[in-house]
Amino acid sequence: MSFNNNLDQLYRSVIMDHYKKPRNKGSLDGESVTIDMNNPTCGDRIHLTLKINDGIVEDAKFDGEGCSISMSSASMMTEVIKGKKLEEALELAQIFSKMMLGEDYTDKYDLGDVEALQGVSKFPARIKCATLAWKAMEKGVNEQK
Amino acid sequence: MNEIRKQFPVLNQEVNGHPLVYLDSAATSQKPIQVLETVKRYYEFDNSNVHRGVHTLGNRATDSYEGAREKIRKFINAKSTKEIIYTRGTTTSLNTVAAAYGRMNIKEGDEIVISYMEHHSNLIPWQQLAKEKGAVLKYFELEQDGTITLDTVRKTITDKTKIVAITMASNVLGTINPIKEIAEIAHAAGAVIVVDAAQAAPHMKIDVQDLDCDFLGFSGHKMCGPTGIGVLYGKQALLEDMEPIEFGGEMIDFVDLHESTWKELPWKFEGGTPNIAGAIGLGAAIDFLTEIGMDKIAEHEHSLVEYALSEMEKVEGVSIYGPRDPQKRCGLITFNIDGVHPHDLATVLDMNGIAVRAGHHCAQPLMKWLQCTATARASFYMYNTKEDIDRLVEGLRIAKEYFNDVF
Repeated sequence: MSFNNNLDQLYRSVIMDHYKKPRNKGSLDGESVTIDMNNPTCGDRIHLTLKINDGIVEDAKFDGEGCSISMSSASMMTEVIKGKKLEEALELAQIFSKMMLGEDYTDKYDLGDVEALQGVSKFPARIKCATLAWKAMEKGVNEQK
Repeated sequence: MNEIRKQFPVLNQEVNGHPLVYLDSAATSQKPIQVLETVKRYYEFDNSNVHRGVHTLGNRATDSYEGAREKIRKFINAKSTKEIIYTRGTTTSLNTVAAAYGRMNIKEGDEIVISYMEHHSNLIPWQQLAKEKGAVLKYFELEQDGTITLDTVRKTITDKTKIVAITMASNVLGTINPIKEIAEIAHAAGAVIVVDAAQAAPHMKIDVQDLDCDFLGFSGHKMCGPTGIGVLYGKQALLEDMEPIEFGGEMIDFVDLHESTWKELPWKFEGGTPNIAGAIGLGAAIDFLTEIGMDKIAEHEHSLVEYALSEMEKVEGVSIYGPRDPQKRCGLITFNIDGVHPHDLATVLDMNGIAVRAGHHCAQPLMKWLQCTATARASFYMYNTKEDIDRLVEGLRIAKEYFNDVF
């Protein structure tokens, strides 16, 4: 049996790379914002810590358990929001939501590896996996504003 | 069993370019033509409210609705149809016992005993009741293979125990619990036993008098019937003493400005217009199951589980949860594959036309005990075949190769 093209669309090698070698894995000590969130329907959970100074996300780390989509999305998210202003981080979360819904979104940011998650929009059952980390980040940033 | 399979129209389709292999019957079973036709016929010819009309349609609807109750009574060998209460499903059945029996009988310091393998619907009602009353919630510990020994049962139940609530068959481990023996121990301590039969009623013979259980709940949709209909069985003497928890139409005897009295059993627990089509459909499902024979269904599933266990164990990196002995388990297998998260596995299988469940299966405390956050589950019913299992095993190999070798 050959591998399915649709599967390849979902599991692009860049996603698997982030899953197997997650960036920013761990937890920040000291003055950081901590957000714990889970997906009650499937049991995925994320522990996200953000270091925010002068309205800028200086550092971000995540820990958690979940599928390749949720964990790779968390890894990519922490990469892309580092150094961003709080408003920009929130805007990125909006852009990501649009991407998941298959809607058009602005190209004003370099999304980097995050673009690889576009294929998830074709798998409705998996969208919640991809958005978990972003929802956690949104919550944390909103608490700081 | 091939003839049986033909009676399930939904199974005859392609999913993502492959013939459907449905291995999620523990979540909900498929429905045979006989059930679909019965529900359709009811709406087309007999649709009417029950227990009200003087007219012909009302009588026909009432006859079918009450006729289904008699079929259910016979199916579980209850003494009387007064002991058969229609509910929305197992969740409502168990919540009704907690709210109606539990609130009346549980006091501060009393013990309620459940097990680690309970579905949330047989856990949270007791947890909340215990919190409300200041009672103690205790758990039967599990053995390594996911079974409960009678020794554990004897040690855990004390003279303070008032309620023992336990599943007859686990929706995760597949373990079949010795209900009759547990009931005996519970009764000797002066407690009642509440049985969650959601995973048992579809797959094995249940005799409530032989088990001597006090309450037992199950769902229609897991046993070839429609969704939204279920059953609460309770011993008549216990039900007589309980107050209804829902008030309204259908359940009253006489209503005055400041006082009301209730209808007799079972109707005092059936406030509002019931799920008439659902009940009649469940009656048709029971006819269907009875025609095949519950023993034959159980035997078929045991042979599938035996085959699946041996084939799945051949796939390197597969861990299987629950008892190894196929005779000790019902028709489902919960498992994980090294390096492939169950959600990813479920997606790969779906792309190959195979439907399985992935997640925590509404049993988070059990997941904690198993030390995992999620698992995959393949569950079988009378319409599944060895070929379905071959397809599953092939799917497992594809997923493993895809995640471990391609990337």
